[in-house]
Amino acid sequence: MDVSKRIGRQTVALPSKPGILSWASVAGQKEKEGPYGSKFDIIIPDELNGEQSFEAAERAMLEQAVKLSAQKAGRSTQELQMLLSGDLLNQIISAGFAARNLGIPFYGLYGACSTMSESLSLGGMLADGGFADTLACATCSHFCTAERQYRAPLELGNQRTPTAQWTVTGAGAVLVCGGPAAKGAQAVLTHTTCGRVIDLGITDQNNMGAAMAPAAADTIAVHLRDMGRSFDDYDLVATGDLGHLGKDLLIELLKKKGISVQEKKLFDCGCEIFDARQDTHAGGSGCGCAASMLCAHLLPEVSSGRLKRILFMATGALLSPTTTMQGESVPGVAHAVVIEHVEG
Amino acid sequence: MRSACAGRRMGFEFAMKGEAVMENKNNQTGKQRAIEEYSKLVERLAPKSDMAQGLWRAFITGGAICVLGQIITDFFAYGLKWGMQSAATATSICLIFLSALLTGLGVYDRIGKYAGAGSIVPITGFANSVVAPAMEFRREGLVMGVGAKMFTLAGPVLVYGIGSSILVGLICFFWG
Repeated sequence: MDVSKRIGRQTVALPSKPGILSWASVAGQKEKEGPYGSKFDIIIPDELNGEQSFEAAERAMLEQAVKLSAQKAGRSTQELQMLLSGDLLNQIISAGFAARNLGIPFYGLYGACSTMSESLSLGGMLADGGFADTLACATCSHFCTAERQYRAPLELGNQRTPTAQWTVTGAGAVLVCGGPAAKGAQAVLTHTTCGRVIDLGITDQNNMGAAMAPAAADTIAVHLRDMGRSFDDYDLVATGDLGHLGKDLLIELLKKKGISVQEKKLFDCGCEIFDARQDTHAGGSGCGCAASMLCAHLLPEVSSGRLKRILFMATGALLSPTTTMQGESVPGVAHAVVIEHVEG
Repeated sequence: MRSACAGRRMGFEFAMKGEAVMENKNNQTGKQRAIEEYSKLVERLAPKSDMAQGLWRAFITGGAICVLGQIITDFFAYGLKWGMQSAATATSICLIFLSALLTGLGVYDRIGKYAGAGSIVPITGFANSVVAPAMEFRREGLVMGVGAKMFTLAGPVLVYGIGSSILVGLICFFWG
């Protein structure tokens, strides 16, 4: 085994630097009204997105994102050798059903809201290992499908708690290429850190930020230690969907671990995707939150060189309605990938 | 000789096990401490619900729904002279209809967001909790969708409401 690719406890180097050739984002109407509304590639006209059900609407978004990302790179979907994808719904039906229609060889992933960086990590390793030269990493979420699976019917007249987050209706797809196929890419994957599942006993399913923050802190701390780096080495440390409370907790937890945090460099997609006016309480969440913000904002910034090197880390809460009802606490997980700018 | 050896080995194993148990216990208490510390941190940083505002809104909206109910009752009882019992039944029917209509029109969830318990506690809240899942699960079919899911929220109220009324009824019957 070529052990030189492993760095420290949990980090892997990708010496061939797989390229991120193209990306595409899809978002809903509420996301359009947010601060990054104009940056999404496709805005769906309404919650049903021309389909018969919210579930069908969600997988249609995923398909749209994958197709557009291939199109942007001048490829047909038939040229994609693998699709690494997952989502929040039971049995990851959005990813599975979208893959049925796309016809791309498919690996289904479940990492809850961490799926975007999980798929990028695995995609980066597959491309670096020479097992695929063109593959798509994609994920999606939909407010209406997540509400009915995890919480209450949409028309129920209840109040959301101050720590509750709003599931983003959106999708993101990233084309990862290895070898000659990566030619022309201006953003590359250089390292990935596989996160551990951390649980600090949060049982409130309306407080996902607090459930995921310990996992985020653990992965950042391990990554920096493995790499011998600090916040100085990154232009931005982007987290997926910790929300306002989760971000505050992350800062506290990192400080406790003795890491000097540069708060200005912490960018949480969940905090940024909506503004205070939109009354989402603690911010956005869902697989589509990190995915759509990565593809609408972060990747264009890296590709253009405005950001030279970022740590992108989507965070997931590995709960199900069953475990919640049985009184179990919520385990969190976070995977990190380093994305760098290169002159194409 | 063999048995002595085995005994020694077993003793060693016991010691190992003992240490493992101790270590496990230390880990457990360490973990417990981390969980307690973290829960305090979350408690300190988490935004709190505005109790005064919540109570006020619940009072105003819940009160308004009751006033509406009273107006309807008076209309049937004194306007149409139906008698109190019929008027009360008619009032329930009217309020349930209004609530179901507003749920269907997508208005009741907004009232609920504003009022909280103020619009959950009255009979209108009960109607909302039946109509909302019925609408939500329409796409899963009339039998296993609407039929099976309609009472997912109201079901517990029915089970414990009817259950406790049976209990009270039995107490009244034997000791009343």
